[in-house]
Amino acid sequence: MKPEQQSGQAATPATERFAGSRRALDMIGELPPCRWARALLMRRRISARSAVVAVPYLWLLLFFVVPFVIVLKISFSETQIAMPPYQPLLEWVGERLTDIRLNVNPGNFLYLIEDSLYLRAFANSLQVAAVSTLAALLIGYPLAYAIARSDRRWRGILLMLVILPFWTSFLLRVYAWIGLLKNNGLLNNFLIWLDIIDQPIVMLQTDFATYLGIVYCYLPFMVMPLYANLEKMDLTLLEAAEDLGCRPLRAFACITLPLSLPGIVAGCMLVFIPAVGEYVIPALLGPSDSLMIGKVLWTEFFNNRDWPVASAVAIVLLLLLVAPIMYFQRLQGRASGARS
Amino acid sequence: MASSAPATRPGHPWNDPALEPYIRIERVSKRFSGFVAVDDVSLNIYRSELFCLLGGSGCGKTTLLRLLAGFEEPSSGKISIDGLDMSGIPPYERPVNMMFQSYALFPHMTVDQNVGFGLKMEHRSRSEIADRVAQMLKLVRLSEFGKRKPEQLSGGQRQRVALARALIKQPKLLLLDEPLGALDKKLREHTQFELVNLQEELGVTFVVVTHDQEEAMTLSSRIGVMDHGKIVQVGTPQEVYESPGNRFVAEFIGSVNLFEGQVTASEAGHLRIVCPQLERPLDVLSGDLSAPQTRLWVAIRPEKIQLSLQAPQAASNWTRGLVKEIAYLGDLSVLLIRLESGQTVRVTRPNVWRHEEERITWEQEVYLYWHDSSPMIVRE
Repeated sequence: MKPEQQSGQAATPATERFAGSRRALDMIGELPPCRWARALLMRRRISARSAVVAVPYLWLLLFFVVPFVIVLKISFSETQIAMPPYQPLLEWVGERLTDIRLNVNPGNFLYLIEDSLYLRAFANSLQVAAVSTLAALLIGYPLAYAIARSDRRWRGILLMLVILPFWTSFLLRVYAWIGLLKNNGLLNNFLIWLDIIDQPIVMLQTDFATYLGIVYCYLPFMVMPLYANLEKMDLTLLEAAEDLGCRPLRAFACITLPLSLPGIVAGCMLVFIPAVGEYVIPALLGPSDSLMIGKVLWTEFFNNRDWPVASAVAIVLLLLLVAPIMYFQRLQGRASGARS
Repeated sequence: MASSAPATRPGHPWNDPALEPYIRIERVSKRFSGFVAVDDVSLNIYRSELFCLLGGSGCGKTTLLRLLAGFEEPSSGKISIDGLDMSGIPPYERPVNMMFQSYALFPHMTVDQNVGFGLKMEHRSRSEIADRVAQMLKLVRLSEFGKRKPEQLSGGQRQRVALARALIKQPKLLLLDEPLGALDKKLREHTQFELVNLQEELGVTFVVVTHDQEEAMTLSSRIGVMDHGKIVQVGTPQEVYESPGNRFVAEFIGSVNLFEGQVTASEAGHLRIVCPQLERPLDVLSGDLSAPQTRLWVAIRPEKIQLSLQAPQAASNWTRGLVKEIAYLGDLSVLLIRLESGQTVRVTRPNVWRHEEERITWEQEVYLYWHDSSPMIVRE
């Protein structure tokens, strides 16, 4: 039977609409490379399903696990002035293949504890990230709420406006803030012109500018999951609460807020995690002596050329961030486990 | 007929002119941008009634219920409950509770917390809430399920949780939006009777919205049939079924065979009507005093038509037809019979005997006859 006849027989318009693209896919499937791939899979007894699932796994293996193992390896080696600037972890010392010396050096991690600089940098980064996340939540929640409850026709446009800044490079937007915040920048000039102040307020290279930059850059990551959560909430629940004698404000606290908790958690993680390791924003907007772990990492790596210590900092940072993720994952897993 | 029965029968408060209605809906309209959902409705509902608003989808019955609950404000008109004008009073201050069609159970709370929510909002003591929740769960037979979350319950259990949650504040008026809509047929029949028993036990006034006429007939003391935002007829299930006010009600509630006819003679309590579709004229017992030559519609319910293989002796109230379809439903059979005029008549026969002697089969000529009280006169 010809494909045209087949699509003619399928009565529903949806199947007809997709018939063309399906035919195209079928044609691609008949091209020699696809045939060879299929034959190979058949011979190895691998189903197409596991082949598809394998793609993201391969990706993670190649671009996450392998680099992680390399960094982990470097973090346990000794620094030396050479290229690359660290001693190999495994060394052949004899003639035979089994004459391997293992140069494990936990000193890099001990050094992180000994020198208070690193602990202070970690603590400061966590604090900056926590404050920024809280600020982003306080701004993002009402924003997401307003968009989710706005007229259906407007929602797309409003969401668009939230995402719009992404169309400009992140770096450019941070530089733009310098222009806004500096002493003879737009904001100070405007305030002087309005006669509110007569001396420019020092805003650039303060902690305030760091917080402002982080909140500004990561706000969409807070708004998006919150919007997705609030938008799908069943509004009859609020009516039911009101019907049972609950005032609107209390209904928000009793119903909306607890039900949006997964969105809050997701949004906070999306802001908190990149904010902890943030380098560019504190470097450009923050005070020059700011102690952020991202900055320490940079200095260690590029200025001191101490790759092993830099790697150790990266590993500790990763573990520090993975712990809360795992915790919340387990929490959510338990919640959804109770559901089934 | 029931409507002409003497007033002030016990249990029929709507026939007592001295009694103050509990809910008074006066000329209420609700307009949304572009269309009128509720159109100039006036309705009185009395204490301890189980009143059903019945109608197809989009007839405005749910909007009327939401007006009572306070989720919508009427565009014009006035609603008073227990003598109090409800205009401008928000839902959380009305002496009314509602059971939602989707049940709207709070998914993050246990059954106990869901049921106790209304009392918690009243700032009752913890022990009082626990006591009354336990009492309520016992009433709906869910005592062992207090610690579960709504998603761990079956549809019927959720329905009972929703009912318990709506009843715990001992409202004087309970509004139920399609209370049994999400249940399967068996469970629905069982729950209908439970709901009626509960309502009688507690003496709460129920207003139920439903699209299911069978449900409305089973539950209600009175039915208000709605169409296009208007109340078309209000009456007991029997009144609505046996003397429908117009053609819409006749066709919407139960099934009906309609014949157009002309009055040829009219005397006290009797009408003679000639219908071109029927072979013989109709003699109808009716209080209707239509003058001769009036054109009107005659409706006969399928179960009120009888069949025989011999021609009846009477001069009127029968006709002839060919059996076209027989659907055997177990307790009864539905027959579709085509008259000579081409009109198809629906007849239901109870299957009284296991093996019938006078079997009626396909393509057989049969005589259809009825009692002179059976035809109903309806107008457009």
